[in-house]
Amino acid sequence: MMPSGAEKLAPPAPSKIAVRNLNFYYGKFLALKGINLDIPANRVTAFIGPSGCGKSTLLRTFNRMFELYPDQRAEGEILLDGENLLASKQDVALIRARIGMVFQKPTPFPMSIFENIAFGVRLFEKLSRIDMEERVQWALRKAAIWNEVKDKLHMNGASLSGGQQQRLCIARCIAIKPELLLLDEPCSALDPISTARVEDLIAELKNDYTVVMVTHNMQQAARVSDCTAYMYLGELIEFGETEQMFLKPERRETEDYITGRFG
Amino acid sequence: MIEKHLSSQFDSDLNDVCSRLMEMGGLVETQIQRTISALAEFSVDEFNNVVDTETRIDQMEVEIDRMLTAVVARRQPAARDLRLLLAISKITTNLERAGDEACKIGMRVKSLVESGKTRQMPIGDLRVASNLAASLIQRSLNAFARLDVPAAISIYKEDDLIDREFKGFTRKLITYMMENPHIISSCLDLLFIAKAIERIGDHAKNITEFIIYIVHGTDVRHSKLEGIEAIVVH
Repeated sequence: MMPSGAEKLAPPAPSKIAVRNLNFYYGKFLALKGINLDIPANRVTAFIGPSGCGKSTLLRTFNRMFELYPDQRAEGEILLDGENLLASKQDVALIRARIGMVFQKPTPFPMSIFENIAFGVRLFEKLSRIDMEERVQWALRKAAIWNEVKDKLHMNGASLSGGQQQRLCIARCIAIKPELLLLDEPCSALDPISTARVEDLIAELKNDYTVVMVTHNMQQAARVSDCTAYMYLGELIEFGETEQMFLKPERRETEDYITGRFG
Repeated sequence: MIEKHLSSQFDSDLNDVCSRLMEMGGLVETQIQRTISALAEFSVDEFNNVVDTETRIDQMEVEIDRMLTAVVARRQPAARDLRLLLAISKITTNLERAGDEACKIGMRVKSLVESGKTRQMPIGDLRVASNLAASLIQRSLNAFARLDVPAAISIYKEDDLIDREFKGFTRKLITYMMENPHIISSCLDLLFIAKAIERIGDHAKNITEFIIYIVHGTDVRHSKLEGIEAIVVH
């Protein structure tokens, strides 16, 4: 029997996000079933599981992305530092400023590299030209792409390579100084070199941010994450320290998936 | 081993490594049996075979490590697959060393036979320990093939018997040497043989620790028996 996921979770670090009894519906279909999860602050947490297990759905509930679609709804609580994000009084735009998201495919805006970063910042802050230039440079440096683009900030974001575009998106995301970064398969469209750069970047970012990523690539989860959650059919099967999960998971289902015996 | 992977090639890679390990184990067992009977009969007839087999065992150790490296590089194993491969690498090392010890016994027997003083030696006392050591190696390999933890634990306990026999035998040899200084050199040969038998038992015991690691994921090396039993029951 599958567990409810409510048992024995919580690695030893203060939690940034606490998910409590979360159910999620696509119309009548129950896609997440009673999820309970504590995501530790300043750590990288990876969600793994086969296609359709609900990992991206869970990630998208954290910034209420699902509200863009009329027949999707969530029940339960998602507490960001104790504050329920699902409560209707919360301003979605502010939530998304606190919780940045990077998608599977790089999504640079059709504007210059500089504007790609500055655009989001302007929505939330009024900065002088010099401060804005500083912020853009800071974000690009943080995303480990500054050296590659510093001489062509006026060029269109789409002119960069895939790996650079993805790092540009990460830069855009951190420019507004979110507390939490959600990465939905951030490297699936990238070559191994760009993937390694993005993975390095993720490791850097956790000093300042809490990172949650969805990945199909188990080796990637093993390489970059501190904690790993294994999901299956909308349930959280096991959540623990990545090292433990990849060496001796508690549950048989997790072990079968991680060792490639699942099917 | 256990259930199948989605990739049948992965299964076949793991099976190949396991069969190779069992083959190596078979060679080590033969090696130990040969040197034990050489000791029992004070015969050097098989000495050349012992040396040849030793070379083959060494080659197999290298071959198995090469296979393991290839599987790790190509498959990035995790969880029980990873534990299995790590354990095989360690078991291979232990088998190779057990083979070395057997070879040492062979050389000491040769030296004893050449000294011509075999009649005066308390050889009977080594028979029990040497047969037990051979059986522990054989049973530890069977326990590995079946990932049989209770069998592993019983081997673990029996190794103590060999250790006790070794201590008793050492004391006895000292009295022999005190009584007759002319046979000190042969007594030393016998002491080295006894030590080699004791080491073979230790290697069998080490193998059982890796079986527990594969199955339970806990490293029980340098642990007390009670602790190991608690882990296994848990």
